[in-house]
Amino acid sequence: MTISQQQFDNPKQGELASDVFDIAVIGAGVVGCAVARRFTLEGAKVAIIEKASDILDGASKANSAILHTGFDAPINSIELACVKDGYLEYTKIHKQLGLPLEKIGAYVVAWNEDELAALDDIKAKAHQNGIKNARIISAKLLAQKEPHLAKNALGAVFIPDEAIIDPWSAPYAYLHQAIENGAQIFLSCQVISGDFDKDIWQLKTTLGTIKTRYVINCAGLYGDRLNKVLLGHSSFNITPRKGQFVIFDKAASNLANSIILPVPTPRTKGLVVCKTIFGNLLVGPTAEDQSSRSNSSTDEATLKGLIKAGIAKIPSLKDMPITATYAGLRPATQYKDYQIEIEPKNNWISVGGIRSTGLSGALGIAKYVYKKYSSLGQKHDKINRPKLPKPTPLLAQNSKRAQNSKRDWQEKDHGEIICHCEMVSKREILAALTGALKANSMAGLKRQTRATMGRCQGFYCSSHVTEIADSYFNKSKKQKLKNE
Amino acid sequence: MNKAQQIDVAIIGAGPAGLSASIELKRLGIKRVVVLERENEAGGIPRHCGDFPFGMREYGRVLTGTKYAKKLVKSAKNAGVEIWLSTSVVEMRRGGHLLLVTNEGTKEISASRIIYACGVREKTRSARLISGDRVQGVLNTGALQQMVYLRNQKPFENPVIIGSELVAFSAIRTCSHAKIKPVAIIEEADKVIARWPVELYAPLMQIPLHRSSKLIKIIGSNKVSAVEIKKSNGQIKTIKCDGVILCGHFIPESSLARLGHLEIDPATNGPIIDQFGRCSDPVYYAAGNILRPVETAGWCWNEGKQIANWVALDLASKLQSRHILTKIEVSKNVKLAVPQCLTGIKENIGMSHIQLRFDRLMKGKLILSNDDEVIYSRNLSVFPQRRILISLSDIKDLATIKENSPIKVEFIEA
Ligand SMILES: Cc1cc2nc3c(=O)[nH]c(=O)nc-3n(C[C@H](O)[C@H](O)[C@H](O)COP(=O)(O)OP(=O)(O)OC[C@H]3O[C@@H](n4cnc5c(N)ncnc54)[C@H](O)[C@@H]3O)c2cc1C
Ligand SMILES: Cc1cc2nc3c(=O)[nH]c(=O)nc-3n(C[C@H](O)[C@H](O)[C@H](O)COP(=O)(O)OP(=O)(O)OC[C@H]3O[C@@H](n4cnc5c(N)ncnc54)[C@H](O)[C@@H]3O)c2cc1C
Repeated sequence: MTISQQQFDNPKQGELASDVFDIAVIGAGVVGCAVARRFTLEGAKVAIIEKASDILDGASKANSAILHTGFDAPINSIELACVKDGYLEYTKIHKQLGLPLEKIGAYVVAWNEDELAALDDIKAKAHQNGIKNARIISAKLLAQKEPHLAKNALGAVFIPDEAIIDPWSAPYAYLHQAIENGAQIFLSCQVISGDFDKDIWQLKTTLGTIKTRYVINCAGLYGDRLNKVLLGHSSFNITPRKGQFVIFDKAASNLANSIILPVPTPRTKGLVVCKTIFGNLLVGPTAEDQSSRSNSSTDEATLKGLIKAGIAKIPSLKDMPITATYAGLRPATQYKDYQIEIEPKNNWISVGGIRSTGLSGALGIAKYVYKKYSSLGQKHDKINRPKLPKPTPLLAQNSKRAQNSKRDWQEKDHGEIICHCEMVSKREILAALTGALKANSMAGLKRQTRATMGRCQGFYCSSHVTEIADSYFNKSKKQKLKNE
Repeated sequence: MNKAQQIDVAIIGAGPAGLSASIELKRLGIKRVVVLERENEAGGIPRHCGDFPFGMREYGRVLTGTKYAKKLVKSAKNAGVEIWLSTSVVEMRRGGHLLLVTNEGTKEISASRIIYACGVREKTRSARLISGDRVQGVLNTGALQQMVYLRNQKPFENPVIIGSELVAFSAIRTCSHAKIKPVAIIEEADKVIARWPVELYAPLMQIPLHRSSKLIKIIGSNKVSAVEIKKSNGQIKTIKCDGVILCGHFIPESSLARLGHLEIDPATNGPIIDQFGRCSDPVYYAAGNILRPVETAGWCWNEGKQIANWVALDLASKLQSRHILTKIEVSKNVKLAVPQCLTGIKENIGMSHIQLRFDRLMKGKLILSNDDEVIYSRNLSVFPQRRILISLSDIKDLATIKENSPIKVEFIEA
């Protein structure tokens, strides 16, 4: 749902919730979801506020879905600490939360002599960052491990623990767990302004006022703006950095066994070639600075360039059909490192500039932020036995995303297959349209189920999916009107 | 249904090709013929073609696609064909084993022969690499037809139509059925591809035709609000609209083969077949638009019927083995050829023609050669997406063709 200008000019008066929250997390991207979970588990009363009708509508909507080890993160950075911690926690909780993890490893491949010479430094940095099992392998071994790679690869650094995950079900599971343990979510709710009286923040939103003791700004691409509007200043400025992708057909996924990385430049990690948890093969992302915070358009020339670059690395991609193209926006700032700042006198924590490793770092960032917060003497009663998200066919399927394991369509009584390309069952679609984090838009439904995201992009099923979804969307629209 | 009874022929896809093959197989006395269809209704693409003309070849009269599909299904049922609905084939395995998914879960079946008949779809926005915003309201004709004819949905009011293949005509008709008013038809070539009826019908519906124009950008924030087109003279024009219908650029729905073991022809994107419709694994045959983009329902129906005859011969061990005699290779201006190989030609059976397709309008000479010797040539004009047939009986010395040396098909522009 978009917010009308009128709503924007005149935020709704009146209280949206009568209680005063301990924490209001602004922004339900992957970072906000992880932060909401951490603070809830630590015993805080948490509100999470998102302007879009569904979560993950900003930077977190499109990424490479790699769970990084931190092998190439800047030494001694906050980013490194958070990514390592995030990786660790993900590997600990993923089974419990029903989240997939495929540790397929990564090769940083050298394609020329200069890059070959750089491999030693990459390995040394990885070791310094604590990724001790990173090692250099010869061109010959690389060719054995990756037989489809172009023959001009000269060698690589192998990082065995780099992994791929599902970029959407992970934050959904974090937030589901937060909600299950008491957090409250406000969707289609944009924070417009706020007043702070040295104790309590009154956040004015498009849906009404929300009161909270502390605010955590996780507004991603809008983090600097939110700081400026509510605090009057921001120590960083966001310049979105677009990344375009090409996704090849599932038949291409066995052309790369591991994540194929280039030798990075100071600006970007460069073009990745890797399979996705959904069994496709991805080539991207580009790194294009832009001023728009919402324009994630793609362009033909760039996409053609990506395809060419993909084929240069894996020649057999030549005959592979393309399933999808898309772009994501990184919340980049003038700094390299994460911008995590706490302003005790304003009861404000700003978590900004989580540029290109937020999916990996989110759980670590959440811990890091909580530590900072508690070091100020803030305390809650930690939940002793936190509840897990309620099992639904949807959550059940997440852990089964990894290929070769059972998904809902393989079980009895899934209803019928609605999306044939991604094998999405009716039961899964209905699960995504109900419950605490039900989809409120087609985009949200797609992120939760992948319906219409496969090779035919809705040729066969979009009408069917629309029919099922619309009856739910209309129901909640009517409900809303009644309540108003 | 007798579970223990061996399935003689399993057919994947209940479109015109699959259904007609099934009917013919029953007519030829094949005992157990099962059609597997993943939708909850049989009939294939024609189910949602609410328009004419279907059925001339099959029923001797003009029907809407919807009626035609119903009639085909009825004929099949009357013939004793088993149609299993809501049954997706998810794996084709060597030797005739299929993995199926139904509401009961997964199960494996085996059949003596399998006919692969999954049809075509249109190329998506993503695969066409179209620039611009990622917004709602960009559809292929097929999706639009399903919305309008199967579910009474109206996705937009004033879309632009991209492409002028025959299916653009269906798009216009579908729109008019739903009281949707297209604001433009945009064709990259300097000529309309399906001159009749698009060129005739567009003015009638007062839809401006933009030739030599390429869609270069889709604009919108949530939904489509405009498109940008570029004329061949470089001029850029913005057209306001609330939807985009992407027509044509057909591509066989051959993912089962791609993910499995059957060899694929990169030119057709369908399975490689011999003149009997037989695939690289000789238990598998293929028929209909899975073979190539794109033919009419009538053609596919006929193809299914013919191939059923060769499958029946094969079941009776009366078909020669699949020992490739010669491959048919396209080069120079020729987009595709079906079949892709010949396996013995002495018997007077099998497809009577080689089917060819071209990408653009050209005048010139079509030449077939084998081992550097010209075995066929003809002067002609070719049109984009239109079929050209070469009768096998017109090819010189086909019986003495040099084995293991391909037949090369080329087109020399005048
Ligand atoms: C091309 C690309 C590739 C990437 N690849 C990887 C990868 O492989 N691995 C990895 O770990 N990371 C990767 N990343 C990085 C990762 O995606 C980001 O770091 C992460 O998504 C940032 O999340 P966020 O929660 O900070 O921001 P966002 O996802 O932008 O979340 C902010 C949310 O706040 C909401 N919001 C904003 N303002 C308001 C307001 N006033 N009121 C209410 N709500 C508001 C927004 O709607 C949004 O939902 C990649 C990123 C891109 C773009
Ligand atoms: C949008 C569009 C419009 C068209 N309009 C016309 C027209 O107006 N006139 C005309 O003559 N032709 C038209 N055609 C051409 C059309 O392809 C043919 O008319 C005809 O439908 C081809 O028959 P077929 O049997 O090869 O395939 P289809 O009719 O496509 O049938 C294939 C069947 O296989 C099923 N299937 C696919 N995969 C599986 C699987 N894994 N498991 C089980 N079942 C599966 C499908 O659900 C479908 O029912 C159109 C095509 C398209 C795409």
